[in-house]
Amino acid sequence: MLEIKSLRKTYGGQGRTVEALRDITLTVEDGQFVCVVGPSGCGKTTLLRCLGGLLSPTSGEVKVAGQTVTGPPDGLAIVFQEYGRSLFPWLRVAENIELPLKSKGVAKAERRQLVDESLKAVGLGDAGKAYPWQLSGGMQQRVAIARAIAFQPKVLLMDEPFAAVDAQTRADLEDLVRTVWQRFGMTMLFVTHDIDEAVYLGQRVVVLSASPTSVLENLDIDLSDERDQLKTRSEARFVELRSHVYARIQEAKGVAAA
Amino acid sequence: MSRVLSRTGLLVGLPVVLLVTWWFASAGSKSFYQPPLETIIKVFPDTWTGARFKSDVFPSLIRLFIGYGLAVLIGITLGVLIGANRRLRSLLEPLLEFLRAIPPPVLVPILILVAGIGNPTKVLVIVVGGLWPVLLNTVEGVRGVDEVLSDTCRSYRIGGWLRLRTFVLRAASPQIVVGARQALSISIIMMVIGELLGATNGLGYTVVEFQRGFQIPEMWSGVFVLGLLGVLLSLAFTLVERRVLNWYHGARAAERSGH
Repeated sequence: MLEIKSLRKTYGGQGRTVEALRDITLTVEDGQFVCVVGPSGCGKTTLLRCLGGLLSPTSGEVKVAGQTVTGPPDGLAIVFQEYGRSLFPWLRVAENIELPLKSKGVAKAERRQLVDESLKAVGLGDAGKAYPWQLSGGMQQRVAIARAIAFQPKVLLMDEPFAAVDAQTRADLEDLVRTVWQRFGMTMLFVTHDIDEAVYLGQRVVVLSASPTSVLENLDIDLSDERDQLKTRSEARFVELRSHVYARIQEAKGVAAA
Repeated sequence: MSRVLSRTGLLVGLPVVLLVTWWFASAGSKSFYQPPLETIIKVFPDTWTGARFKSDVFPSLIRLFIGYGLAVLIGITLGVLIGANRRLRSLLEPLLEFLRAIPPPVLVPILILVAGIGNPTKVLVIVVGGLWPVLLNTVEGVRGVDEVLSDTCRSYRIGGWLRLRTFVLRAASPQIVVGARQALSISIIMMVIGELLGATNGLGYTVVEFQRGFQIPEMWSGVFVLGLLGVLLSLAFTLVERRVLNWYHGARAAERSGH
């Protein structure tokens, strides 16, 4: 579903170019849940923006559903980290969710139904009339997720969506994302700097190196499909996997520092 | 209830005190140029209702509304175009700064030379004065739209008219409103100035006519009319602003309370 081949991205400054991504090759199968984790500043967001068609690669190729990405591809939605800035503060929650559907040309009755369903799916059944700023941070991110669900994307990209919410809310939202993925079956690419989160959520974890960035490891997460905040996180296999990822990232940082 | 009372008290308190002071200080004044306030208020109804409302107040208001409306409309349209286009912005910014720095009243003689002394010129005078604050504030507002929201629009392929209406204009609206408010008071000033030169009716014209005819209480009452007009329009503006920027004040309050 997602194919990235030798993706390279440099930002040109005055006389100084920064190489954000050196060589990324990565494939995500249809319906898979993949987490991308890496040291901070390694260009995770750049990678996601290239996939979302918000940035064009310097070289290499990015394909979504077999189509080379030249602009925001059809059937792809992004949930941004800055929930407070990705919802329209002048629109009510329901209108925020409805807006992309309007531009997609969905009929009014169907729009209303999709808005209702997606709000229910994120546990905000009766928040439609509120304004985003009347909600807590965690609830705002739920609205952003509901907006993505209502859009019915084939691919959902999430850019450190829970980096700015408190730990308890975060656990709830992680479980919500798993539930949404299992229910709607879209392909998920979830970018995070949190190793535990990556291992807990993904079917596969892609470990990125420090900048200049390449793929260090593709790690299958052989945990059961039913994940539970308490049980899964205390399983021996979970601890092993997270320790492994942690070691790889430390290693990557060490190389960068040397 | 007591809060409402104290707020209204604060609002009208000072004007009432000033008027009462004026009333007593000017009572029994024999000066021709400073008639007692009582006389001014007495001539007020006869001066401004009836025929003069139709012949002078009404034409002024019509010119004001058309001129102000055009200033806001043109200001927003050009402001969106310039604000959304970086090249155009760098090209036009020095010119705009220059044009803004010219006090609009000095343009009135030029406009009269070019366009005559008819109604279109009087409207044009208002547009020329009111346009700049709207235009420059709109440019700022459009330039400052949030990048994450902009990315959100791109990624959901919200474009064209829908994007303009539900994103760009709304995001820039706090600044557009600031510009529109400035433009409103400038428009009133420009309306009067336009009527001082070569006019045959209107509020500004009438006040000057009273002065020339030594109808001093009537002249004073004309100043009151203009002041009241300003207050009423500003009040109406506040009502509109509250509707348009309801979200903005709410979001700001939520931010302050550390939501």
